[in-house]
Amino acid sequence: MTADADVNAARPPGPDGLVMGKDGLAALVDVLIRRGFTVVGPTARDGAIVLAELTSADELPYGWGVELEAGRYRLRERSDGAAFAHAAGPQSWKSFLHPSRVREWSADRVEGELVLTADRGTPPRYAFLGVRPCDLRAIAVQDRVLTGGAYRDPGYEGRRSGALLIVVECTEPGATCFCASMGTGPAAGPGHDLVMTEVADARGHRFWVRSGSREGAEILAELPTRPADAETRETARAGVTAAADRMGRSMPEADLRELMAGTLDAPRWDDVAGRCLTCGNCTMVCPTCFCTTTEDVTDLTGDHAERWRLWDSCFDLDFSNLHGGPVRASARSRYRQWMTHKLGTWYDQFGSSGCVGCGRCIVWCPVGIDITEEAAALHDWTRPERPDPEPS
Amino acid sequence: MSTVVPPLPYRVVDSRAETGDTRSIELVPAGEGLAPFSPGQFAMIYAFGVGDVPVSVSSLRGGHGGLVHTVRAVGAVSTALYRLRPGDTVGLSGPYGTGWDLGAAAGHDVLVIAGGIGLAPLRPVVHAVLDRRDAYGRLAVLAGARTPADLLYRDEIGSWRDAARAEVTVDRPGPGWRGAVGVVTTLLDHLDLRPGRTRALVCGPEVMMRHTARDLVARGLAPHHVQVSLERNMRCATGHCGHCQLGPLLLCRDGPVVGYDRVAHLLLVREL
Repeated sequence: MTADADVNAARPPGPDGLVMGKDGLAALVDVLIRRGFTVVGPTARDGAIVLAELTSADELPYGWGVELEAGRYRLRERSDGAAFAHAAGPQSWKSFLHPSRVREWSADRVEGELVLTADRGTPPRYAFLGVRPCDLRAIAVQDRVLTGGAYRDPGYEGRRSGALLIVVECTEPGATCFCASMGTGPAAGPGHDLVMTEVADARGHRFWVRSGSREGAEILAELPTRPADAETRETARAGVTAAADRMGRSMPEADLRELMAGTLDAPRWDDVAGRCLTCGNCTMVCPTCFCTTTEDVTDLTGDHAERWRLWDSCFDLDFSNLHGGPVRASARSRYRQWMTHKLGTWYDQFGSSGCVGCGRCIVWCPVGIDITEEAAALHDWTRPERPDPEPS
Repeated sequence: MSTVVPPLPYRVVDSRAETGDTRSIELVPAGEGLAPFSPGQFAMIYAFGVGDVPVSVSSLRGGHGGLVHTVRAVGAVSTALYRLRPGDTVGLSGPYGTGWDLGAAAGHDVLVIAGGIGLAPLRPVVHAVLDRRDAYGRLAVLAGARTPADLLYRDEIGSWRDAARAEVTVDRPGPGWRGAVGVVTTLLDHLDLRPGRTRALVCGPEVMMRHTARDLVARGLAPHHVQVSLERNMRCATGHCGHCQLGPLLLCRDGPVVGYDRVAHLLLVREL
């Protein structure tokens, strides 16, 4: 422990926060591992920024940015060496909190009796490093879906309750980002343990850090930091403010819930159905899409069976299957289900929007369908006369 | 706790054929039992190694004191359940979902309208009204089926006629059928309906419920006095799998029994 750390431990950081350099990031990963956390964060791999278990801060994607467009994702080298100058990648934290494949319980036939056994596993204690504000909101959205109702998903609750969330505010939005218009970023909302804002300029590569919880403050006290200077704070704040103005996309200024409920018979659904491949990519990359199905497997003896839960997609024909066949047979109805749920009926079911504006569904759609463009088209359809475009 | 609670083992104590493809199975707990079910609620029934399906309880009082579920063999799981015989064991979880609002029906005429296997979730309603006959006004049960051979609980329906009006109709009569022919709503023409005093409970194929509810409203019932039991694909029954959505509703949580006033507009949207 350094002398600096001792000073910080004696004097908890105020609202002005602390500043640390790249060495602070390295120390952070070490401290987290020493405290028993499984550290998960971004790393450049296979041509993308992916989320993976980190053993060292060296694995962070220093100097990598991304170029995003509808149906397009490319890594781009940056000269400033920034670690978090990238927008959302193909994965989200749901891969860890709400994994794609989970065994829920087992069943055995023992001397004619059916014995059902819970799958008792102790989840790892995750520290998520580099959570973007949009994804912080997405975690809160899944919290409400999976633990906010009469039934709580115990597996999710177990993984989530121990998770430490280290948010990095967004200063480099992508061309597909629209968190500002969804009210979820680029500044961090509540629910984090630590929040950082990265600054990489002529005065150096540094991080303005504030704690959001007692545990966050304890961890911060172990890092090599110094009190935040006004210049760093202002540069950091200005970077986040500028990011809000540099969003590549935005949702139409309308009550999206009403828009969805009032456009179920709009011809636009036929238009999008002509482009949509119903591949389900948007649901896989969406950080809030939570749908699952079950799979029952037996071993060769026939006396041991397991219940598995797998991610599912409302774009799959089987998703709505009832004894007579699928309720939603057409691509039109399946795209409409996904989008109206995300932007509309999610409010009825779970009290918030299901969209956080991360833009992943736009990037990873193989044909580049853009949810903001579809929402705008529906919005236009509801207006009897389009307003004249303002002279530029 | 971070473990999913598995279903509880229940033993089959009775299995009786209702129609050619439908059987009623009576289940009692092999050990610990579930909380009591209300009419209209459902269980997830797990067939070993095959999977589970939601099935509404069709009687709270089987001959052995167990829960009765009436199952039509249409898919892999329901076929496995259809084949169960006394001594076999299943996994059961529940009770899930909203039940029929019998409290709202107390003091009123109760009109039960069923199509096909839709009579199964309504049978506990008939039992409940017959058990407390003085608490309700008139009881009428109108049941429709495709053919006479598809009619559920035929003998039992006969026994209800002591204390209730019970009528059946079929779409395709066979030789020897002397009863009514036509969709179930045609039976309403012969009913001395008191719309302001009637609470209707409807279950059957969705198209049948849509027509029946609309017919009842046309005859003067308030939409919120018509309850329907809806069905969608369900994988979890706990509001987490997303399969049972009907617009704003999660039918495992907000249903299966809902007031027609809440869903009338949703049932008009194709493929919702």
